[in-house]
Amino acid sequence: MPSLARELRRAAAVVLLLLGLVGFWELYRWIWSSAGWSWPFTVDSTSMPHVWTILKAFGQPAQVNQPALINILLHKALFTGKEAAVGFAIGAVIGFALGVLLVHSQLLQRGFLPYLVASQTIPILAIAPMVVVWVNPKLPSSLQGWGAVAVIASYLTFFPVLINTLRGLQSADARALELMRTYAASRWAVLWKLRVPASLPYVFAALKLAATASVVGAIIGELPSGLQSGLGGAIINFNQYYSIEPQELWATNIIAALVGILFFVIVLVTEHMVVRRAPENVA
Amino acid sequence: MSEQQSAVSIRNVTKTFPQGNVTALQDIDLDLRPGEFVSLIGPSGCGKSTLLRVIGDLIQPTSGTVTVNGKPARQARIDRDYGIVFQDAVLFDWRTVSKNISLPLEMLGWDREKRKARVAEMLDLVELKGFGDHFPWQLSGGMQQRASIARAFAFEPALLLMDEPFGALDEMTRERLNLELLSIWQRLRSTVVFVTHSISEAVFLSSRVVVMSPRPGRIAGIVDIDLPDTRSVETREDPRFFALVTEVRELLRKRGEHLLPEEEQQLL
Repeated sequence: MPSLARELRRAAAVVLLLLGLVGFWELYRWIWSSAGWSWPFTVDSTSMPHVWTILKAFGQPAQVNQPALINILLHKALFTGKEAAVGFAIGAVIGFALGVLLVHSQLLQRGFLPYLVASQTIPILAIAPMVVVWVNPKLPSSLQGWGAVAVIASYLTFFPVLINTLRGLQSADARALELMRTYAASRWAVLWKLRVPASLPYVFAALKLAATASVVGAIIGELPSGLQSGLGGAIINFNQYYSIEPQELWATNIIAALVGILFFVIVLVTEHMVVRRAPENVA
Repeated sequence: MSEQQSAVSIRNVTKTFPQGNVTALQDIDLDLRPGEFVSLIGPSGCGKSTLLRVIGDLIQPTSGTVTVNGKPARQARIDRDYGIVFQDAVLFDWRTVSKNISLPLEMLGWDREKRKARVAEMLDLVELKGFGDHFPWQLSGGMQQRASIARAFAFEPALLLMDEPFGALDEMTRERLNLELLSIWQRLRSTVVFVTHSISEAVFLSSRVVVMSPRPGRIAGIVDIDLPDTRSVETREDPRFFALVTEVRELLRKRGEHLLPEEEQQLL
């Protein structure tokens, strides 16, 4: 089966690349520490712990009488993943809906877009406390805490989806629009049969950005919320012990990155199932 | 001919574009009989595509009226009285060939069974049987244009507007599709307005050829094509065919004295 062989080759390439990166890390470490170079920074077991020290940290408890670090991190990743997933969904729906609304009205677009752009220039850390104060009291107890973080994550994800939806809906071919006009098609029919399908490559490009942004948003959103159950809490915690045990923060970062990659891959797979376009038109 | 009897009736149509103050069409008067195949020919900028779009209510004339099947052009469009084929196939990438042909039928509210039956019929008619489940980008340019013709004919519009439909195809594909178009037209007997750059294509296909001249776009003359109704590869070798081609060419040249050399070149 040629396709299986191709998949295997691809998997082997991924593994080789990963091993190469590990090798590069250790090689860099070895050269810099044996030469004693201090530029751009001094290499020691605090600034760049050995890869195996980081990997070993996964198997050991971070504190006495606790389960192994990997267990704790996976639980936290699940919690943050839930926040990010809900935030991603809220942001995607709002971004898409706003895009559909704004593409039909030049007036609304001109009126609202500057504020939406401005909203993205405010750092999320400055907004998060207010969102927590506004949103949390209204949430049922099952959503307490993490619900507000999901809203913060959605704040990062709606924007790229909005901008690309706008662009995508306007990307429909002028002749195709004329064709729909000859059918005396309603706005609704033009939207669903032409504009939305034409926009999908653009929307999915945005969803890929939003997938990783939602994880970042969830992690940062946890900080002002004082939540300890997610990766954000773990990062704050291990930050304080970095000079003693750097490998734990590195381990946490690896898990956070894996969550981001997982989100990205889910969007990618969905895109392959949903978007049927000529290969040259897939963004 | 009265407006009631005409498939298309164009009266004193003038179209100016405010940008650059261009008069694309000036005082166009033209009547099309039902079931007639009429070609519009002329150099670029003579307004032939503009005239096609005015008939289809895709743009509004500055003055004058267009009547399609006794109705104003706008009403005819709303009643879905005509189908259109562009130079590019304009198939939707995300739909299979079958789904593309089915698009106007969906817009007309046909139910699934009826759509399926008609699509199968159309695939057969344009010789795309077995390609229904392909996506457009998997087909050659000629096949894509056939699918686009099938889509236009699918709901049997009384009027078909074709804007240089074979302009982007190579000569051999073009001649084959000319024959196929004629056989479809002879079966369905729609009225066809066909915009083209090619004199031989216009003569080969048409009942009448309308020759247009540019700046401003006007009708320079109309040539009745009195070739036998059933046409074939041999038609192109008929002396009468050559005589008609020459007649159209003379008309283009006489009216095109003020043309730039490359514009004239394009026609010959």
